[in-house]
Amino acid sequence: MADTLVSSDRSPDAAPETEPPAAADREVLLAVSNVALSFGGVKAIQGVSFDIRKGEIRAIIGPNGAGKTSMLNCINGFYHPQEGTITFKGATRRRMRPYEAASQGIGRTFQNVALFKGMSTLDNIMAGRTLKMKRGFFWHLLRHGPAMAEEKAHRHKVEEIIDFLDIQAIRRTPVGKLPYGLQKRVELGRALAMEPELLLLDEPMAGMNLEEKEDMSRFILDVNDQLGTTIALIEHDMGVVMDLSDRVVVLDHGELIADGTPAEVQANQNVIDAYLGVSH
Amino acid sequence: MDLLIQTIWEGLVAGVLYALIALGFVLIFKASSVFNFAQGIMVVFSALTLVGTYEALAYREITGFPAAMLALIITLGVMYVLALGIERIVLRPLVNQPDIILFMATFGLTYLLIGLGEAIFGGAPKTMITSELGLPTGSTTITLPGMGPGGSEGLVLIQHLDVAAAVIATIMIASLAAFFQYTRVGRALRAVADSHKAALSVGISLNHIWVIVWFTAGIVALVTGIMWGARSDVSFALQIIALKALPVLILGGFTSIPGAIVGGLIIGIGEKLGELYLAPMILGSMGKGVESWIAYFIALGFLMFRPQGLFGDKIIERI
Repeated sequence: MADTLVSSDRSPDAAPETEPPAAADREVLLAVSNVALSFGGVKAIQGVSFDIRKGEIRAIIGPNGAGKTSMLNCINGFYHPQEGTITFKGATRRRMRPYEAASQGIGRTFQNVALFKGMSTLDNIMAGRTLKMKRGFFWHLLRHGPAMAEEKAHRHKVEEIIDFLDIQAIRRTPVGKLPYGLQKRVELGRALAMEPELLLLDEPMAGMNLEEKEDMSRFILDVNDQLGTTIALIEHDMGVVMDLSDRVVVLDHGELIADGTPAEVQANQNVIDAYLGVSH
Repeated sequence: MDLLIQTIWEGLVAGVLYALIALGFVLIFKASSVFNFAQGIMVVFSALTLVGTYEALAYREITGFPAAMLALIITLGVMYVLALGIERIVLRPLVNQPDIILFMATFGLTYLLIGLGEAIFGGAPKTMITSELGLPTGSTTITLPGMGPGGSEGLVLIQHLDVAAAVIATIMIASLAAFFQYTRVGRALRAVADSHKAALSVGISLNHIWVIVWFTAGIVALVTGIMWGARSDVSFALQIIALKALPVLILGGFTSIPGAIVGGLIIGIGEKLGELYLAPMILGSMGKGVESWIAYFIALGFLMFRPQGLFGDKIIERI
């Protein structure tokens, strides 16, 4: 199943093995170095280091409670690690506010969909344009002149995303009323509206049926191929992970236990032990 | 006087003003899911600042309309500084704390503002600078069309101030609704109301939004303070009317601006009609106080049959 999931949609020359240079040789976009995060006595992440290279799809996997979501939360500024640094586009920092992460080009989706439930699909995706809007508040109040032109330009961009994700029919529907699979798609749309350089996807396929998973996989590959967006994703479906990602990071109990290509990681004894629960 | 129509008119005016107070609560509740207990004292504090500033200007022999406008601008500045301070000192350190903690913090804010208000302006009631602000005074008796002038039939006494209050409150509510619906900041406010973490992830700054929301609630408090202050006096007793917003919110729903308006009108008219028709029917001293409990009585009825209010979000939790 895993092999047929997306491979038919991917043109041969876009496949990572034939694409020069290989993911591991490309420029580093984000580097996590010795990051440690704890909540009181609970150590969520302990001394983890890895990098994400420009243009790759990087999977972060691991059993439940391994610290995957905490890692994403550190990267986009929701959590501040007590130790270690995160370098994004050459700038190193330990503490960063979510607002700053977003304005530097880090977009994300959430494990349990976090949408603006009372707002329409259109408004949700428009909200993703917040940082791209420059005109002041009073212009918007007047709905006139430059603000109106700006609003139109952004609407145009949003319509492109709506076409891309094939959600024209639900443009005006309040998202709280949509089925789960579509909500996930709208959430992806909102993240895309930010035109992020690094897109963090937290279990984009959780709770989806096979057909929805295939759609979502295709969108993720298209975003990566056509828009050139670097993607870091957390996913539990191993078939999807092996198919989509260029390189995989494996976390267990907050520690990094493997890092490499899908094939390498699959063959790693530590990974097999972590997933099968071998007693040490 | 035509008693029924007169009563309904007075109820409507009171209702619009209740709606205005409720609106201050709804704004903050939507954006930060905090029931702002301090909204009542913000009404008093802003009105006191306005009158106090005017008195200070009058002492330097600046009086009349220009002085009133100057005082108004200074008061708006004070409310902005207050919003900045609340965000920086109260909200920011308490981010991600349970709602009840923030609710208790607004209690603390209430007593801080009472103390601050009394220290600066003294405890004595002040008179609102109604005519200096250009608000009309006096009253007109009008004859309703189709009813003869014979006797008291068809006559209604209308206070000019009430008309102005209704008009200003309506403009205020309409512009707030438009602000929420059509501006970028309004969209960000709605986004924050729906999900904090999602709003953060698209780069909306919560700190910035909170300042805007509290400042807006401060403006609403100031307008409320002027209107209620003009009808009675500006004193600390005025904060009690904020408690009247509670039944309005239960009726309309804590998260709905239209709910605040409709709820305000129902409570306003219900109170006055209760006073007129219900009071004589109840024997003893209970009847005299109808207007002070009927609002809560109506709210109780709503709580039993429609706990989310008329327009509030029905909370369905998955179990």
